[in-house]
Amino acid sequence: MSIGKSEVEYISRLAMIAVAENEVEPVSAKLSKVLDLFEQMQAVNTEGVEPMAHPHEVAQRLRVDQVTEADQHEKLQSVAPATAKEMYLVPQVIE
Amino acid sequence: MLHTLSVKQMSEKLHAGEITSVELTQHYLDRIAEFDPELNAYVTVTPELALEMAKEADVRLKNGAAGQLTGIPIAHKDIFCTDGVKTSCSSKMLDNFIAPYDAHVVTLLKKAGMPILGKTNMDEFAMGSSSESSYYGPTKNPWDLNAVPGGSSGGAAAVIAANLAPLATGTDTGGSIRQPASFCGITGIKPTYGTVSRFGIIAYASSFDQAGPMTRSAEESAWLLNAMSEFDERDSTCLEMSRPDFSANLNDSLAGLKVGVPAEYFGEGLDADVEQVVKAAIAEIEKLGATVLPVSLPNKDLAVPAYYVLAPAEASSNLSRYDGVRFGYRCAQPQDLEDLYKRSRAEGFGAEVKRRIMVGAYALSAGYYDAYYLKAQRLRRMVRDDFTQAFEQCDVIMGPVAPTPAFNLGEKTDDPTSMYLADLYTIPVNLGGFPAMSVPAGFAQGRPVGLHIVGPYFSEAKLLNIGHQFQQVTNWHQQMPEQYR
Repeated sequence: MSIGKSEVEYISRLAMIAVAENEVEPVSAKLSKVLDLFEQMQAVNTEGVEPMAHPHEVAQRLRVDQVTEADQHEKLQSVAPATAKEMYLVPQVIE
Repeated sequence: MLHTLSVKQMSEKLHAGEITSVELTQHYLDRIAEFDPELNAYVTVTPELALEMAKEADVRLKNGAAGQLTGIPIAHKDIFCTDGVKTSCSSKMLDNFIAPYDAHVVTLLKKAGMPILGKTNMDEFAMGSSSESSYYGPTKNPWDLNAVPGGSSGGAAAVIAANLAPLATGTDTGGSIRQPASFCGITGIKPTYGTVSRFGIIAYASSFDQAGPMTRSAEESAWLLNAMSEFDERDSTCLEMSRPDFSANLNDSLAGLKVGVPAEYFGEGLDADVEQVVKAAIAEIEKLGATVLPVSLPNKDLAVPAYYVLAPAEASSNLSRYDGVRFGYRCAQPQDLEDLYKRSRAEGFGAEVKRRIMVGAYALSAGYYDAYYLKAQRLRRMVRDDFTQAFEQCDVIMGPVAPTPAFNLGEKTDDPTSMYLADLYTIPVNLGGFPAMSVPAGFAQGRPVGLHIVGPYFSEAKLLNIGHQFQQVTNWHQQMPEQYR
């Protein structure tokens, strides 16, 4: 299965990963090889087989809805690239 | 020479007061300083932390408050968050990340009194089969510096093989404990999915990732697994059940054990020398009283494509948190929010990680979800059911861990699909979540080869028993590369 330039751009947007112009061709070639591997699956009849998302089909464990963690924002934000007034700073989004 | 002792011998000497944990820890730190520049198996060495913890262990040993592993140093794969220590997952994305908390496994092993020597090199975000995709450069195989140590826990396997740590932690998503264990001639076990808490282990593919011990012997793996497995409510995938004493059955006889050998494991693509080593190991187990019978795993070859849809799909979700906002790498002078996300991720991730995120996003996208993702989930069940049916006839399944011995550095880096096939025998086990281990079984082309032992859910104690009994009649696990003896 061959992945073209427009599909690389589409996937780049989905994955939120910039792909430079000079990388499109090698990225496309390697993605196409991986997708070829997936094509092997299409020949198998899986009709009636229930999809399996997890090794143990157990119900999600729930806990009591109570606060169990102390406020650690200073510690957790100490590894952030940019913060101010307990908030994370990002480029302006709204004009 | 302290590093040639078994962990049991070290423990006895520590408890008898013949050596101190500080002496033992310093011995390993000296060896790391001498040998690691060549191997590149550690990405971070923590001498001050190690010696401080060793002093505390010595106090416990003196006070009679020590356990089996108190005072024994350990190396953690750099995927385990370690409070106050850089935890990079061998990625530029986390090169500046000092973990603000401990993974549950790290907490448990700290409680056991095990000094932390440092963090071991790995494939970036545990994606790879050779430890070559690390931001910090590849680790080399102590048995042959031209060979890869396997991946993604290649650094952990190399430090055990080269005696740069007596014990190490690893994680296994598609074979990342067993394949490097096989390539480096050490023992490694991936427990049943859900046995060890995943809290604080940087996530790759959540329904596959499982931590386990990497050691020289099965007995040592049993000891370490005892210390690192416990129910943890902070991990919703951790099984809420009591854990057995994994070392309780080590000395059981193998008489009457039924060993299933799948014909599909010995077909085209398997290196002839590896086949010979694995068959000789199975014959040795037979001599110990086991019965060998044929079983079938007809969907084995579908496991690789199914895994490479499902694991990247989960990875594309898990790795969406690396966006340059709250922690990790941020690109310079982002123009807007989308530019911040896209350039931070493009510059912070390596090629293989980007490829898997893109493949995963594509597999989950509208139009391909049914054809790829749902199809792969159906195949996952078929692969799991193959094992379940085989285990109705036999107690365990044995075969090769990898189709070849360790390959050369750079040999497969340009061909991702060829690299993926290095995990051909290990991946099916992760699809089902079964426990499995690699036990050193011999050499092919001068490089180590492991025997793969797979069991039904919660059969870790049986696997370790088999490994231990095999190691009572063989000495493959005691062999060490000449320059690291």
